[in-house]
Amino acid sequence: MVALLLRRSYFVRMRVLLLLAAMALSSCSAPPKATPVAKDFRWGGDAEGGAPFVEADPADPAKVRGFDVEIAGMIAKGLGRRPTFVQVAWASIEQSVERGDFDVGMSGLEDRPELRARHAVTIPYFEFREVLAVRIADSARFHTLADLARRRVGTLGATQAYQLLLDEKARTGLEPVSYDDDVHPYSDLVAGRVDAVLLDHIIAERSLRRVGGFVIVRAPVATGHYVAVFAHDRTALRDSANAILLARMHDGTLETTLRAWNVWDDTQAAYFARATRAVAPSATEGAASPRSVAAYLPGLLRAAVVSLALSVLAMALAVMIGALIAAGRVYGSNVVRVALTAYVEIIRGTPVLLQLFVLYYGLSSIIRLPAFAAAVLGLGLNYAAYESEIYRAALEAIARPQLEAARTLGLSELQILRLIRGPQALRLALAPMTNDFVALIKDSSLVSVITVVELTKETAIYATNVGSWVVPGLLCGAIYLAMSLPLSRFARRLERTWSMA
Amino acid sequence: MEHGVSNALVVRGLHVSRSETPVLRGIDLDIAPGEICALMGASGAGKSTVLRAAVALQPFNAGSITLGDVSLVPGALPPESRLKALRRNVGMVFQAHALFEHLSALENVTLGPVHALGWAREKADVVAVRLLTELGVAHRASALPRQLSGGEAQRVAIARALACDPGLLLMDEPTSALDPARREALGETLRALTRNGRSLLIATHDVDFARTFADRVLMLSDGRIVD
Repeated sequence: MVALLLRRSYFVRMRVLLLLAAMALSSCSAPPKATPVAKDFRWGGDAEGGAPFVEADPADPAKVRGFDVEIAGMIAKGLGRRPTFVQVAWASIEQSVERGDFDVGMSGLEDRPELRARHAVTIPYFEFREVLAVRIADSARFHTLADLARRRVGTLGATQAYQLLLDEKARTGLEPVSYDDDVHPYSDLVAGRVDAVLLDHIIAERSLRRVGGFVIVRAPVATGHYVAVFAHDRTALRDSANAILLARMHDGTLETTLRAWNVWDDTQAAYFARATRAVAPSATEGAASPRSVAAYLPGLLRAAVVSLALSVLAMALAVMIGALIAAGRVYGSNVVRVALTAYVEIIRGTPVLLQLFVLYYGLSSIIRLPAFAAAVLGLGLNYAAYESEIYRAALEAIARPQLEAARTLGLSELQILRLIRGPQALRLALAPMTNDFVALIKDSSLVSVITVVELTKETAIYATNVGSWVVPGLLCGAIYLAMSLPLSRFARRLERTWSMA
Repeated sequence: MEHGVSNALVVRGLHVSRSETPVLRGIDLDIAPGEICALMGASGAGKSTVLRAAVALQPFNAGSITLGDVSLVPGALPPESRLKALRRNVGMVFQAHALFEHLSALENVTLGPVHALGWAREKADVVAVRLLTELGVAHRASALPRQLSGGEAQRVAIARALACDPGLLLMDEPTSALDPARREALGETLRALTRNGRSLLIATHDVDFARTFADRVLMLSDGRIVD
């Protein structure tokens, strides 16, 4: 299970998308491997995941600590090499290890068939339990996923837990809510936005200590394993790592480490006993082939509808509020102008991501907006600032003599705005507005940070499942283009038709 | 419609300053019904300022302006509601015509009657077509301003200013973009407009035009009217 705090997931996604081209190239030629001669054993992980997995050492933030760090150290020592940590965004670990950025990726990576189909994967070094967390008041009635039919259950996106919830959705109508980090599911649970959270027991227990206000259901929903991942053609190195891991299970070193990080319990003891008895590693290679494009396409198209609906509603809001702001800035009193200018500058001068966080999480003690409504409101209020600037410029572009001529005819200022200034300004504004709408469709991908699953988020889930961004990325790109290209053409046509000399 | 016997425009002691600089320093002016009066002077002499003050686009510092039964006083421009009556009495043709770019010639003319006076569109259309016919541009009724020649645009602008049938028409530099033949034609047109008692005040620096077509020529110099 992901043990990671992907607060910077948007940037992660951007980076991953940038990797696409490189991925496409590397699939044509053999990927370069940048390792063997070095004495260093380079291992990649994400320090944003935090304790007890990998975290920056408070005593020396240049170093990392955690049980993943110590296990990487054991493998390096067994190989006679020196461990070197490489920081990598969690979502990029699989791609990076294949590119040869480091020898092995470890950061609470979940063992799953797709992973084994694509990479050389070690035997599991830890067994975790997927556990449900519920509010204290609900502890008597929610014990299993089946008790949560038609209820909202949060988890990290693109994980085994998320897949479990999706399967349950088909059976009981349970509503999975996908998060990009492992803190907000629990704060939303306490706040009543979700009715339960399904995540690894390590994360659940850590959040219980930090957040509190909920209980962890004793019986696990499922079990899973953390593994280390090598590039697919480095099976020899992987086999050495397996031997080292088995040896450290035997001699108790691994147990000591896990105890030191307070994650040792009876489950681990039982698992270690099984693992060291077994001749072969527990998981089988290439157990399942990735689901085909046909299986994922309907989900992507549904997510595209979410993106489009979100964009249309946010744009409608932006147009209405933007027009009011522009009218206030052109016609209003000094106080009104100053207030509206401040609004526009604050909105334009701060990241929309921050605004979404503040709206959804920051204000949740005052007003608890549903995620979709918060997304529409957040994007709408943000784009209203940009739209208002377009309208203001358009209003001010209408020649003053026309306005004076209208006054001499005896028209009121309101009539002049409605009959003369507004209609002409609208023609000037339509092309830039359409361009903004195209930008909004793409910016709508940001709302996955407040649990809305739209096109980009769905693509990320798909990509994680199949272990590659190539096909999901191309499909996702094609769908965005199908939405934005006609609009761009429409904008260009408007510009041509209504260009007034 | 016959316009009244009292003077169409009475201006007394008009002072206008712009950022402390005096532009008009005491203008007295009477325009009789049916009279064409030319207001001449060098560029920047304040001709346009007189017109703009008379149609309440320009506040003034001292003096008074009376149009028919409506008076303007010094200080800030009066509120919209009090200007309605004044603007029924006066029409203005701007130097660059200032036609509404998104409306056809006909719609430019009917806009005032329909929206300021509340006429039915059919009635406004009839009046507008009659005016455009009188001015010789009825065949261009459906054209947009950018499709009109300079002379056509000016005639549409005149029709627009006359649509509410004001007793006084103000024109700012009407001959500045016309060749001699068209200037002649415009002069004849303006004469025809005064037949039912309508008065014209024309700001111009075109001496020949003023002498040929105006009943009276006033010279504006240094913010005052001189002989």
